[in-house]
Amino acid sequence: MSDKIKVFYEVPADDFTRAGEASSNLKSMLKKMGMNPETVRKVAIAMYEGEINMVIHASGGTIDVTVSQEEIEMVLKDQGPGIADIEMAMRAGYSTAPDKVRSLGFGAGMGLPNMKKYSDELKIESQVGIGTTVTMKVKIQC
Amino acid sequence: MVSESLTLHQQAMTITDLIQKGDFKILNEGNNTHNRITVPYCCDLLSIAMGKMPAGSAWVTVMGNMNTLAVAALAEAACIILAEGTDLDEPSKNKAKEQGITVLKTELPIFDAALMVYQYLNA
Ligand SMILES: Nc1ncnc2c1ncn2[C@@H]1O[C@H](COP(=O)(O)OP(=O)(O)OP(=O)(O)O)[C@@H](O)[C@H]1O
Ligand SMILES: [Mg+2]
Repeated sequence: MSDKIKVFYEVPADDFTRAGEASSNLKSMLKKMGMNPETVRKVAIAMYEGEINMVIHASGGTIDVTVSQEEIEMVLKDQGPGIADIEMAMRAGYSTAPDKVRSLGFGAGMGLPNMKKYSDELKIESQVGIGTTVTMKVKIQC
Repeated sequence: MVSESLTLHQQAMTITDLIQKGDFKILNEGNNTHNRITVPYCCDLLSIAMGKMPAGSAWVTVMGNMNTLAVAALAEAACIILAEGTDLDEPSKNKAKEQGITVLKTELPIFDAALMVYQYLNA
């Protein structure tokens, strides 16, 4: 009963045609497990924003998901440029997204605020020149 | 679930109902056409739409790319309505088919398209 389900995703660099695949894969898996729709929606939104950030701002990365009885944990790791000022990056509207992705609809500077809003716990660890690890937890509602 | 949010003066309108009005051109008929439309929603910035769009929205936008589809699916939009004559590129068309997402299009501006949906919902 206390078994945990673990899923691993690789997020390719610069591939906007595939970006979001990990999130939609996880979403349909959780749905099939019969999880509360609100929980599924929170996970899908939080993870998509993190996944797309790794594609736009880093050179892709990996996502480790652990589903336990109580919560869903997502750990997103990249070896991108890192975030110098995390507090500033968290601000609604702050974005360094380049023009070529702005023309696709990115760059509102709302990804990190969405991740905070839709997860129950958000931790960002980042070192400039080394990379960023984002850990998010969503509690499972009954 | 969706019906709880319907107020008394609102008509229940499914995606099929909207399609049958014939105002919008069908780019892809999804596998969710029996679902109800809750509200029209307008925004072209993906992460604002992702954070704010109510589930069951008829999402009116001029952004017709792969990422629009991903956001629509993850945020559970009822359908996408591409305004101002915007089209889907070929890969996105295939993706919409594959994922069963309903995508419509119109030459109307965003506001007019959303107003049309609003008026049907509140007829
Ligand atoms: N994984 C990351 N690596 C490096 N920088 C990042 C990463 N994630 C976010 N950032 C920085 O934080 C900023 C804010 O991120 P956020 O997701 O809120 O907005 P955005 O990605 O620029 O635009 P939006 O998500 O609204 O399309 C980014 O512009 C970028 O500078
Ligand atoms: Mg972002």
